[in-house]
Amino acid sequence: MFYREAGDFKTSYEADSQTFPIKFDRYRFWAVLAVAYLVIPFIINDYWANAILVPFLIYTIAAIGLNILTGYCGQVSLGTGGFMAVGAYAMYKLMTAFPDVSIMIHVILAGGITAVVGAAFGLPSLRIKGFYLAVATLAAQFFLVWLFNKVAWFYNYSASGQINAPERFVGGIAVTGPNTDAWAKYMICLVFVTVCAIIARNLTRGTMGRKWMAIRDMDIAAEIIGVNPLQAKLSAFAVSSFFIGISGALFFSVYLGAVEVGEAFGIQKSFLVLFMVIIGGLGSIFGSFAGAGFLVLLPVALKVIGVDLLGWPTDIVAHLQLVIIGALIMFFLIKEPHGLAQFWRVAKEKLRLWPFPY
Amino acid sequence: MSADFLYGIEVILNGLMAGVLYALVALGFVLIYKASGIFNYAQGVMALFAALTLVGIMEGQVPFSHLINAVFGTEIHHFGWHVPALLAIFLTLCVMVAFAWAVQKFIFRHLVGQEPIILFMATIGLAYFLEGMGDLMWGSDIKTLKVGLPQGGSRWIEDMTSGLGGDDFYGFFIDKLDMVATVVAAILVMCLIAFAQYSKQGRAMRAVADDHQAALSVGISLNFIWVLVWSLAGLVALVAGVMWGAKSGVQFSLSLIALKALPVLMLGGFTSIPGAIVGGLIIGVGEKLFEYTIGGMIGGATENWFAYVLALIFLVFRPQGLFGEKIIERV
Amino acid sequence: MKDSYVTSDGRTIGGVLMDMRGITLRFGGVEAIKNISFDIREGEIRAIIGPNGAGKSSMLNVISGFYHPQEGEVWFRGAKRPTMRPYDVARQGIARTFQNIALFEGMSVLDNVMCGRLTHMKTGVFSQAIWHGAAQREEVENREAVERIIDFLEIQAIRKTPVGRLPYGLKKRVELARALAAEPKLLLLDEPMAGMNVEEKEDMSRFILDVNDEFGTTIALIEHDMGVVMDLSDRVVVMDYGRKIGDGTPDEVRGNQEVIDAYLGVAHD
Repeated sequence: MFYREAGDFKTSYEADSQTFPIKFDRYRFWAVLAVAYLVIPFIINDYWANAILVPFLIYTIAAIGLNILTGYCGQVSLGTGGFMAVGAYAMYKLMTAFPDVSIMIHVILAGGITAVVGAAFGLPSLRIKGFYLAVATLAAQFFLVWLFNKVAWFYNYSASGQINAPERFVGGIAVTGPNTDAWAKYMICLVFVTVCAIIARNLTRGTMGRKWMAIRDMDIAAEIIGVNPLQAKLSAFAVSSFFIGISGALFFSVYLGAVEVGEAFGIQKSFLVLFMVIIGGLGSIFGSFAGAGFLVLLPVALKVIGVDLLGWPTDIVAHLQLVIIGALIMFFLIKEPHGLAQFWRVAKEKLRLWPFPY
Repeated sequence: MSADFLYGIEVILNGLMAGVLYALVALGFVLIYKASGIFNYAQGVMALFAALTLVGIMEGQVPFSHLINAVFGTEIHHFGWHVPALLAIFLTLCVMVAFAWAVQKFIFRHLVGQEPIILFMATIGLAYFLEGMGDLMWGSDIKTLKVGLPQGGSRWIEDMTSGLGGDDFYGFFIDKLDMVATVVAAILVMCLIAFAQYSKQGRAMRAVADDHQAALSVGISLNFIWVLVWSLAGLVALVAGVMWGAKSGVQFSLSLIALKALPVLMLGGFTSIPGAIVGGLIIGVGEKLFEYTIGGMIGGATENWFAYVLALIFLVFRPQGLFGEKIIERV
Repeated sequence: MKDSYVTSDGRTIGGVLMDMRGITLRFGGVEAIKNISFDIREGEIRAIIGPNGAGKSSMLNVISGFYHPQEGEVWFRGAKRPTMRPYDVARQGIARTFQNIALFEGMSVLDNVMCGRLTHMKTGVFSQAIWHGAAQREEVENREAVERIIDFLEIQAIRKTPVGRLPYGLKKRVELARALAAEPKLLLLDEPMAGMNVEEKEDMSRFILDVNDEFGTTIALIEHDMGVVMDLSDRVVVMDYGRKIGDGTPDEVRGNQEVIDAYLGVAHD
C-alpha cells in the first residue's frame, strides 16, 4: 500500500497541523466513517447493538472525557462513575420536566450540568496533587452516588428508587424507551461520538491542549510561561466532565433505559473507564476508541470462548476476566504506558518506511 | 447522666474501635508507601486474599478446584483434612511472603523510577488481578472464619455500666471481637514500630524510605527491603483480614475496607505511622458521630462518603495531612 | 546615572526597565537574600554572579514571581509591581529558562515552542472546539512567529521530535526558543551554559548576543563561567551569602577586592 509522506508536501501551516497528515490515513478515516454511517445501520441487529456497538460508542465518549483529564492534563480521577451518574440524572430530570424539547438538546444540557459539577469537584486540584487528588475524587464518587440514592427528588419520588427513560423521538423515530430499534440507538450514539471526538481532537491540538499538557508535564514551568494552573485544571475538569456527562446521559437513556445508581454508576465504572484509558493509551483520542473497544469486547469474547465453547460455569469466567484485566493493566503500565495507540503508532512508523527502514 | 449522652459515648467508643481497624489497614499502606513510594491500592484485596487463603487452608480446600473441575470434568473440592488455626495462619503467612516476592519480581521491579501515579494505577491492576485470583483459587461464596476469637457483645461491660444512666439505658454495648481487635492492633503497631526503630532490617528500611540511591550506595539490597516491606504489608493484611473476616464473614466486601483506609491516609499523611493511627480514630469516631447526629436527618448511610468529604475538606487546607512532611516545591 | 547611552559596540542602553529595591527573602529563619538593590536597564545584558548558595537563583525566582520577598519592592517599567503569581508575571513580558531544563517532555519541540506563545493566544474554548475560523487563524499567525524563532535558533530539523529524545545541548536551545517565543521584554537565563562543552558555549553565547542585538531584548543571566560573563555582559551584580558585594561593569567588578575575596577565599586571622 502507498503509505508514504514523501511527495505529499505541506504548503501551509493549516495543512501541517491537520489530524491525519498522511493521505492514506485521510482516505481510511473517510472509509471508516462511511462504513459506520452507511453500512452498519442497515445490517445491525439487537445483539450487536446491545452487547457491543452501543456500549462501545458510549464508553468511548466517557474514555475521551477521562483521557482529556488524565491523559492530557495529568489529573487522575476516580470519580468517573459519579460524573456519569450526574449526566444520567440530569438527563432524567430534563426528560421528565421538559418532554417537548428534543432529547438531543437534553443530552447536551446534561453534559453542561455535569461540567459544572465536575469543575466544582475539580477545585481542590489546585492544592492537591497526584494520587492525593485521585483519592480525593473518590469523595465525588461516593457522595454523588449516595446523593442520587437518598434524595428522592432526583428520581421523581418513584417507589423503586430507579429512574426509567420515557419514550422520546428524534424526527419521528424512537431513540429511547422499550420500542427503540437497534439501528436508532446505534445512530444517535454514533452522532454524539463523532461530534465529541472531533471537538476533543480540536481542543487538544490547539492552545487549550497545550496548556493542559504543559500542566501535565511540569506544572511549575507551565505557570512560569503564563499558564494559570487553576484555570487550566478547571477547564480540563469541566471539558472532561462534559463528555462524561454526555456518556452518562446516553448510557441511561439510550442503552439501559432503567438505572439504579449504585449498580450502574458505582466505583467499578470509574475503574473500568480508567482502564480503558490506560489500555487504549493516555493522551490519545484514538486510544480512547481502542481502549473502549477492547474492554467491551473482552468480556464478550471470554464469554463466547469460556461459556459457550468450553462450557465453563459463568462465575469462573467472570473471575478469569478480573485476572486478565488486572494482568493487562499491569502489563501495559510496564511495557507500554501509551497503550494500544502506541502499538498502532509504532506500526505506522514502520509502515511509513517499509520496506527500506534506513 | 441522660441516656442520650451515654448513647453518644457508646457511639464514640464503637467509633474508636472501628477506627482502630481502619488504622490497621492504613498502616499497611504507610509501610509500603514509606519504603517504596508505592501507594498500594491492593492492600484491601490483600486482606481479602489472606483471609480467603486462611479459610481455604483450614478447611483443606483444593486451590483452583472449580477451575480444575471445569477443565478436566473432575469433582475434587477438599483434601479431606482440617488444619489447626495456628498452623494455618503460619502457612498463610508463607503464602503472603511468596506473594510479596512475586509482586516485587514480576511487577514493581520493572516499574522502579516511574511516576507515583503510574505505580498507583498498577496497584489498581494488581487489586483486580488478586481479587480474581482469590476467587479462582478458593471460590467466591461467603465463608465464615473460625479461628477461636470471641464473638458478640460483652455482657460484663453491659452489666457494669447499666447503672450509669436512667431506666432507659441498658449499659454500653461493645463487641468482644472489637476489643480483641483493638488489643491485637495495638500490639502489632508496637511491634512494627519497634522493628522499624531497633532492628537492622528496620534501619535499612528507613534508609531506603529516605533515599533509594544513598541506601543502595551503602550496600543495602533494595530488592530485599522491598520484598520485606511487602511481606510486612501482607502480615498486616492478614491480621486485618482475620479481624474483619471474623466480624462479617470472608467475602468481597472485605476488600472494600481499603476504600475506608484511603481517607484515613489523606487525613493522617501517607508517610506517618502515628498519622495513620490518629487519622483512623478521627475517621472512625467522626463518621459514627455524624451518622448518629445528622445522618438520620438526611437519609442515613452517610458512612459511605463522610470520611472522604472530611478528608477532602481537610486536605484543601493542609495538603500534606496531619502528620505528613511539608511539601516544598522547588524550581 | 545618565538616562541612556551607547556602548562601545554601538548598542543603545535605555532607561531603567526593572528596579529591585531592598529585596529581602527569608525561608523560615534563613535569609537567602539580604536587602539587595539593583536595576536592569533596557537593552542591556546584566549578569548575576556569585559562589554557590549566594542566592542568585532565588533572586531570579523573585523576579519571575515564584518567590515573594518579605521586604522590598519590585519596580517594572516604571511601576511598582504588586505581589503576583508567576503566570501574571509572564503576561507582563518576563520569560525565563531554568537551571535544570524545564521542558514539557511529553510534547514535540514545535509544541514546546508554541507553548511560549500562550500569552499571545486569546481565542475561547468554543472557537477552539470548532477549530475553523478565529482559532485556526490565530494558530497559523502564532505558528509563523514560532517558525521565525525556530529558524533563528537553527532547530528546524528537530521541529517534530519529542523533546525527551533530544541531547542536553539542544534541550537548552529549545528552552531558549520557548522563552523567546513569548517575545519578552525581559529574558531571564538561569545558567544557560551549565554542563556545556566549549563549542556549545560558543554557540549559546552567539545566540544570546544575537537575541539582544536583533530583538533588542533585555537579558538578565546567571552564569558560572567567568570568561563568558565578562565577555557578554554590560554590567554585573556580584552576590555572596545573600548580600550584594559588587555591582558595575565587568572591569570594575574584576578589580573589586571583596569580589576577589569571595571567589578566592580569604584568610581569617
